[in-house]
Amino acid sequence: MPLSPAITDLEQLKSHPAVARLHGWNAEAVQQVKFDRDEMTIVVDRSALREACALLREDPACPFNFLSDVTCVDWYPAEPRFEVVYHLLSIPKKERVRLKVRLNSSSVTIDSLTPIWPGANYFEREVFDLFGVRFAGHPYLRRIMMPEDWEGHPLRKDYPVEGYR
Amino acid sequence: MAHMTPTPVLEPGQDRTMILNMGPQHPSTHGVLRVLLEIDGETVVRLMPDIGYLHTGIEKTCEAKFYQQVVPLTDRIDYLCPMTNNLCYVLAVEKLLGLEIPPKAQWLRVLLNELTRINSHLVWLGTHAMDIGALTVFLYCFREREEVLRLFEAVSGQRMMTSYFRVGGVALEPPLGFFDRVRDFAGYFPEKVDEYENLLTGNPIWLMRTKGVAKMTAEDAIALGATGPTLRGSGVDIDLRRDMPYSSYEKFQFKVPVAQEGDVFARYMCRVQELRESTEIVRQALDGMPEGPIKANAPHVVLPDREKMKTQMESLIYHFKIITEGFAVPAGEVYQAVESPRGEMGYYIVSDGTAKPYRVHMRSACFANLQTLSKMCEGHLLADVVAAIGSIDIVLGEIDR
Repeated sequence: MPLSPAITDLEQLKSHPAVARLHGWNAEAVQQVKFDRDEMTIVVDRSALREACALLREDPACPFNFLSDVTCVDWYPAEPRFEVVYHLLSIPKKERVRLKVRLNSSSVTIDSLTPIWPGANYFEREVFDLFGVRFAGHPYLRRIMMPEDWEGHPLRKDYPVEGYR
Repeated sequence: MAHMTPTPVLEPGQDRTMILNMGPQHPSTHGVLRVLLEIDGETVVRLMPDIGYLHTGIEKTCEAKFYQQVVPLTDRIDYLCPMTNNLCYVLAVEKLLGLEIPPKAQWLRVLLNELTRINSHLVWLGTHAMDIGALTVFLYCFREREEVLRLFEAVSGQRMMTSYFRVGGVALEPPLGFFDRVRDFAGYFPEKVDEYENLLTGNPIWLMRTKGVAKMTAEDAIALGATGPTLRGSGVDIDLRRDMPYSSYEKFQFKVPVAQEGDVFARYMCRVQELRESTEIVRQALDGMPEGPIKANAPHVVLPDREKMKTQMESLIYHFKIITEGFAVPAGEVYQAVESPRGEMGYYIVSDGTAKPYRVHMRSACFANLQTLSKMCEGHLLADVVAAIGSIDIVLGEIDR
């Protein structure tokens, strides 16, 4: 299947259940939408993330009840530097949606999703460990992969592949 | 080196409890998993897994490699299901490229993935039974696993780190007689599954050690991010092969085993039934194997055949360019998930338009499944912790990456 261009027009994408739900709830929280390679991406405002996830989880038409994955992308040296990426799955409807939150390097704190999905625990610890993003309200925010006394966050783009010498 | 400091700290909650360290070298933790247990007599009060001993920074390494050079790294994440990881990665890159794969390559991928599932489940069954005390099953399972590994060796030259899939297809045509050997294996394997079941399914000791042990409800399993047989054992009917098909899985007929009880026995039954279903898929793949090329017609991405490279100038140039400067992938991002033997294996790849991935993230099934361990064990007997660890089928290489 040859690639078709990405759709970023909000009006065309309103039929997607997650976009419709979030836009109907708070139009300002939805910063950007993109439909590319059969995948829907919604960029939400940092302050709205937890409520948006709670809404999507309880949506009667298409409940995105499963948190597949949490990860992060570092766009150093551009700002906003970090994109925290959430992949949600609707087990009843077999739909996926990707939520993104953009963070400036001056303030790398974001609400934890552990109150909604306890399974976010390890994923957020991993992002904290490897990127240095803080999750407010996380029950046990400590390093998970690297040793406790490690310096730096290895998956940041300004961290050399061979490590600091 | 790692974890020299005694962390994570788990302080005894009451005067009567004590802290017990299980691992990282405990034989039943299947790798290097350390579990901190707070116990009150024989009862587990709190349980905390400590991971990271096998962390090798594969995600970081991927960012420094060309797209085609990442394939051998994906084997090494989960050494029990190399083909599943290969498949998930190449599917993600093909989605980024918008590449169409010829039917024969897709069917070969399905065939090999189901053999991988059989291989992985056999190791799981053998070690899980051995953990609980049934030693014979281990020898039986490794007898059949040996044949699967020989098949892998025949097709890829390697028993474990196969790296057989390529972006755009598979590396080589399977050797002569390969399909006959697979058909032979698929013919006698269901009888062998009967043998394992004869040893375990009705065995009163096995039932006492597994039934009603380490229970988990469907709500808990979903909230904790469990996937695969760990989720289906709790009664949630989802299998990505059937529900969000990839690589032509929609053309195969198979059942998805689901059990309602949510205990160790339910997860055992799900996996044992999957062994039979996988054999059935292998048989269908053999019967319906299409004719045709095994690589996509995309000279910028797929390496040319050796013969053409030696006789045609154009092929030589493409070969040189792919090896020395890789192939550029249009900017964008994809999340591709497949049903690995352990659950949802997902690759999230971000491309910035160059020949090296900007970010590769692996969503590991056992990483999320391991979180269910506390839920399963807290408030129950210490002896059942071993059964619970075996029942979620963890591979530490995949958890730590």
